[in-house]
This record gives sequence, structure tokens and C-alpha cells, in this order.
Amino acid sequence: MLVNRKLILAHFWLAFAVFGIALTLGAWQMFIRSPIGTWLSNPELYYRSLTAHGTVMGYVFPTLVAMGFGYAISETALQQRLVGVRWAWTGFWLIVIGSIMAVIPIALGRASVLYTFYPPLIGNVFYYLGVVLVVVGSWIWVALMSVNLRVWRKANPGAPVPLAMFANVAGSYLWAWTAVGAALELLLQIIPVAAGLKNTIDAGLARIFFSWTLHAIVYFWLMPTYIAYYTIVPRAIGGRVYSDSMARISFILFLVVAMPIGMHHTFADPQVGAGFKFIHSAFTALVALPTLLTVFTICASVEIAARLRGGRGMFGWIRALPWDNPMMLALAFSFVMLGFGGAGGLINMSYQLDASIHNTQWITGHFHLIFGGAIVIMYFAIAYDLWPHLTGRELMDIRLIRTQLWLWFIGMIVTTFPWHWVGILGMPRRMAYFDFADPAIAPQALSVTFSAIGGFVLLASGIMFIVILARGMRAPLADAGPYRFALAVHEPKTVPVALNTHALWVALMIGLTLTNYGYPILNLALSSGTSVPAVYVGAQ
Amino acid sequence: MSRRDLFTISNSHFRIGVGITAAILIVTAVAGFIVLPFAQPWVQFAGVWDAICSAAGVPQRTANVTVPEQAKRLSEVVLTSNTLSRPSQEAIGRGATLAQRCAICHGPTGVSRADSPNLAGQYAAVIYKQLHDFRSGARTNAVMSPFAVNLTDQEIADLSNYYAYLPRLPAYHPTPQLPKPNIVIYGAPMRGIAPCGSCHGSLDNKTGSPWLEGQSEAYMKAQLQAFATSERRNDISQQMRNIARAMTPQEIEAAAAYYASQPPDVVKAVD
Repeated sequence: MLVNRKLILAHFWLAFAVFGIALTLGAWQMFIRSPIGTWLSNPELYYRSLTAHGTVMGYVFPTLVAMGFGYAISETALQQRLVGVRWAWTGFWLIVIGSIMAVIPIALGRASVLYTFYPPLIGNVFYYLGVVLVVVGSWIWVALMSVNLRVWRKANPGAPVPLAMFANVAGSYLWAWTAVGAALELLLQIIPVAAGLKNTIDAGLARIFFSWTLHAIVYFWLMPTYIAYYTIVPRAIGGRVYSDSMARISFILFLVVAMPIGMHHTFADPQVGAGFKFIHSAFTALVALPTLLTVFTICASVEIAARLRGGRGMFGWIRALPWDNPMMLALAFSFVMLGFGGAGGLINMSYQLDASIHNTQWITGHFHLIFGGAIVIMYFAIAYDLWPHLTGRELMDIRLIRTQLWLWFIGMIVTTFPWHWVGILGMPRRMAYFDFADPAIAPQALSVTFSAIGGFVLLASGIMFIVILARGMRAPLADAGPYRFALAVHEPKTVPVALNTHALWVALMIGLTLTNYGYPILNLALSSGTSVPAVYVGAQ
Repeated sequence: MSRRDLFTISNSHFRIGVGITAAILIVTAVAGFIVLPFAQPWVQFAGVWDAICSAAGVPQRTANVTVPEQAKRLSEVVLTSNTLSRPSQEAIGRGATLAQRCAICHGPTGVSRADSPNLAGQYAAVIYKQLHDFRSGARTNAVMSPFAVNLTDQEIADLSNYYAYLPRLPAYHPTPQLPKPNIVIYGAPMRGIAPCGSCHGSLDNKTGSPWLEGQSEAYMKAQLQAFATSERRNDISQQMRNIARAMTPQEIEAAAAYYASQPPDVVKAVD
């Protein structure tokens, strides 16, 4: 039952509106630094745009999608009205205010520090306060998810928590804990300097705090996608989830090992000991495990659907799949991009291989393929799937939806594959301008041009997505029936306590954070002489 | 099993979950802190504890190698964007008196006729840093060093505040304004050169970087060449030396000529 539709729609619409703006900025950035654009002679404008693009795409857009989807899951999977609706609206408005507060200094050129902050660069204090408000707003959602599950448990003692809600709450706990790193960085390090209380900053320690957030945040972005894989796709294509337990174990594994691995982002940082880098590298390898489990389980679930539709043979069943179903398309595209992106990720996490692609365009290509590709295409699918239930109107443009998904997939491949390639050739990232007349990079001009064209294909697809949803708001009324999640082949009657609650896994997550981050943080926090003068953006 | 028994050894999920996690942690820790350090034949450790400390990133208090003594002094000035940001009228007045002795080279209005830098309206932090560096010997000049060597901290601050307070006047060597060369607005990304304008104004200004509009072409060229040859070395973290070394002689000429041709009131526009 979906009662608070307005709340969920508000989250989705705000998410997709800011996504549209940030997507436009992204396409402009690709164009302006490519050989087909005429350089505007001011890198500051480029970095302004880049900061806005990253802040929106990294903090605001996925958080709002996870929140809106989370509220929808809570009401539909638990079959109970959302508890704490006023708090939910408070969280939403905090995000609205925080986003506006952050965007104004960015637009004025007072906070061109990129979304990863990059201390000792220091921007206007309102930028950081805005980001803090966004995070605080999302923490309200975390608390509400926990409260709603608790209320449900009281009413249904001992019953298995529906998989969608179990995963949703796991994702919220992961976010709550992983956001602590950036919160510590902002509150202890950056904001005192930005507010003028201090002039120096321990940039090395700040980077460690940020790495605490920076990798697990990707798994927070990933959670709605994985929830859709397990609980929406099999239902939408007429199959069943191959294993409910395997799904729970995957989400538990994400909770435990997504967090203590962030230092693979600091392989090139001298302030971290090599031993800790190795441990983080090894744990990063482990995070491939829940993804491989998921790929296996979902492929098996899809095969069930195909065989129920009459598919035969070792691979013949693939043809029997409902390929005209947008959900099937989105899943296939998502898996292809996840496969390539994941393979690239294995290179990033390897201590030695990372050295060859560190700080190159390869990295930008990698996270756009994983996040913008594999994850966001499933956000589209989630929106398409939920929309008729939220609006009470039918989405009529199935053809347009398919075209939109195809364009997103093609656009993302055309954008990111050349991006990876020029990265291997050594093209650095975070550069506003390249002189393609220089013989050293002239051969890369063609790849970069393709990449920029891909950016415009993505923009076209993004516009189509918003148009489809907007038209869906004005379509004729039609009852979509109750919202359902996919059933498992063997529906769980009882679930072991460990797979029905999060406490043990949250404890392991916190424990591993202490072992993997405790010493490096204490070492830097207690050493003297590790601070450097702040560099103020836009100050004299 | 009830929720109370979750954290007990009798719960197999607890045993397996915690056991596997701890085992992976121990194995990776042994590999990362003991096996791999010793697998590097080119690094010598006093013992296992030494290897563990090294891999953990413990700062080495006593370095085994002797650090070669610094042949020349380096800059020790710490600048922030708040350095000297709110000068008093008295400080400016004292600075004006002290500045009488600077006028022979830097001009009575802070605008030079002698290929010395124009100081009128220069950022206070810039003058503050250079005077400190001349005094400590981090920067040397046959004419300038003797003037700076006896200045007190207070005098340096007052002089900086005074010159920052003066209005920026047109330079004495006017040339037609030149178009911006690539090195000023683009830099040379493939050689690791940021645009001049990203620190020295016209795009952005970073603390400690002077504005250059209307400065003497010969002076700026000489300084870039001095940075390139490491004759001048008071730039923090070799910022300017790294840039000047990578610049071509043509780029040095173009940058110096461009900035010399700009009127200083351009600076005001971007302040």
C-alpha cells in the first residue's frame, strides 16, 4: 500500500530535476574540454561547473532516490503506513535548503573545490554547511527506516523481514556509518578553517576521513539498484528470486566489507602506511564477492523466468526472455556496464596496477560507467516501475522508454570507453583544458571527441527520461493494483536471526572500521606538524 | 533462537561471521605488515617490530640516513589569507616613514623607474613574505638584502601594510596592451604548468602570489630565469621553480611581455 505518494514523488522529482541540471553541466564540461569545443579561456568556470556536477550527482541525486525508494519500500513491503511522515518531510526540506545553500557559493565561484573537497583548498563555509544539511536530512531517513522496521517487528514478532525492507535498512545503516567519515572531515577539519577559526588544515588526515566515506558511498548509491535486481526485476519479467538467503547474504556482505576499504583511494598518499594500504586492497577484493553472488542469483532468477516462458536448451532460454520489457533491457544493460566497470575496478584496487592509471581519465571513466551506467540505469527502471503506482496513471510510452534506455546504454559506452582508453595513454583527470595541437596528445583528440559525443547522447536520453515521467503525470487515470515485490522460489517461512536482523553485521562493520582506520587516523591526529596553510578559493 | 542469543558462540552465524572476518583480517595483516615488508630486498629492517612500524606508517623519529645539510636557506614564512588583512592607520603611517628609504628604487609613489618591482597596491602578504625572505637570506639580492637585513618584524609588517594601502598607478613603461598568450590563460597541462593567471590574477589569485600587471618586463623575465636555474629558491615547495623550469624561453618572454603591457587597474577589476 502506497499512502504517502506525495512524499515519495517529491523526493523523486527533486532528484530527477537536479539530475537534469547536473547532466547538462556534465555534457557541457565534456564538450568544452574536447577538441570540438572552443576553450573559454577561464578554467575557473569549468571547475565551478565540475563542483556543481559532482555535488549534485554524488550527494543530492542518489540520496534522494534512495530516500524516496526507501519510503516506498517501507510502505509496500511492510504493508504499513509510514511512521514519522512529518520527520520525513523535515528531512526532505533540509535537503532542499542544504542544496540551495551549497549551490549559491558554487555559482558565485566561491567554492570551486570539487565535490571531494580537496583540502587544503577551502571554499565558502556555506557550501560545506549545505552539504552537512543534505547529510543530516538523509540521516532522518536512516532513523525512520529503522523505526518503521521496529514498529513492524513488534506487530509481527519473529516473522521474516521482507527482503526489500531488509536490504533497504542495510543500505541505510551503511550510509549512516559511512557518512560519518565526511562529517568528521567537515566538522573537525574543513568548517573551522572555512569559518575563519583556523588557518591551517591537516590535509592528509582530511583525505583519510574522506576515503572512509568515498568508497562505501558508492555502495550506498548501489543499494537501490541491487534491491531492484532482487525484488523488482524477477517479478517484472515473470520469474522468481532464485534464493532469498543468497540475497540476504549479499546485502550483509556489502554492509560488512563496503566500509573498511576506502584507502585504495589513497594508494598514492604518503601519509598512509603501506601495510594498511595492503589490508584495504585485500578487503576491496572481497567486495567483489557480493556482486558475483548477485550476478549468479539474478542470472538464475532470470533463467527461471525464461524457462517458465518456454525457454529450452543450455543457452536457448535467453531468447525466450521478454526483451521488449523495459525492466529486462535495463537489467541487461546494467549487467554489461557492471561487468566492464567491475573489471576496471579490479585494476583500481590492485596496489601496483593502480599506479599506471592513478589520477588519469581512466578513473573518471570507471566511476561514470559504474555509477552513471550500471546504477543510474536501474534508477530509471525503478522510477518507471513505481510511477504508475505513485501517480495512479499509466506510463503509455513503452517504446520511448525502450529508446531512452538504449540511448543511455549506448551513450554511456561511447562516453566511458574512450575515457578509459585515454587514461591508459596517460591523460590526467581534473584538467580544464587540453591543447590538442600538442603532438603529445594530438592522437587522443579522436577518442576525446567520441567521448564528448557520448555525453550528448546521454543528455538526450536524460531529457527523454524526464519527459516520459512528466507525461506520465498527465496520462489518463488507471489503477495499477497493489505494488508487489518479487517472490522467492522458496518463500522464507523462518529466517535465522542473523539473516533477519542487522546488529551482528553492523557490529562487524564498525569493528572493521576501527581495525582498518583506527591507527592511521590516530597517528595523523596525534602527530604534530602535519598541518599545512589553507588555500582559500577566490580569496586574495 | 531469540535475538538475545545473536552474539553468542553457540550461534553458528556469529561464529562463522566473526571467525571468517577475523581470519581474513589476521592473514592480510600478517601479509601486509610482516611478509611484504621483508619481501623487499632493498629495504633493511632492524627486526619484525621495525618492519611492522614501517608498514603501519609510524613516523621515523631517527632517520638512519644522514640528511645532507641544506646548502642554502629556504623560506620559513607562513602565509594565510588573513595575514595582515586588517591594518591600522598607525601601521600604515609608520610604514610610510620607513618607505622613504625604499623610494630610490621603488619610486616615491611605489612605482619604479628602475626595473624594480612596482609596490603601490601590491598585496600586503606578498611584500611581507619577500621582506622576510630577504632578511633570512632565503632570497638574496646585492641591493635589496642590505636594506632588509636589519628590519624588525614590526617594520616589515608596517611596510607591507603601507604599500598595500597605496593606490595602483599606471606604470612608467607603457606599451600597447598585448593579447593573452597561451601560457597565461591555458598554462601547459601536458608539462604540468598551470596557467599564470590561476595564481597571479586575471583568472584567480592565490595567497602569497603577487599581481603582475604593469611590472617591469626585464624584472619578470629575470625572475623567471632565476627560478628556472634555481638561483632564486624562496618559493614554497618549489612551486615557481617547477613551473619556470618547464617553460620554454619563448613562453617566459611572452608571459613577461604580456603582464608588463597590462595597466594595473585591471587588477582592481578582479579583486
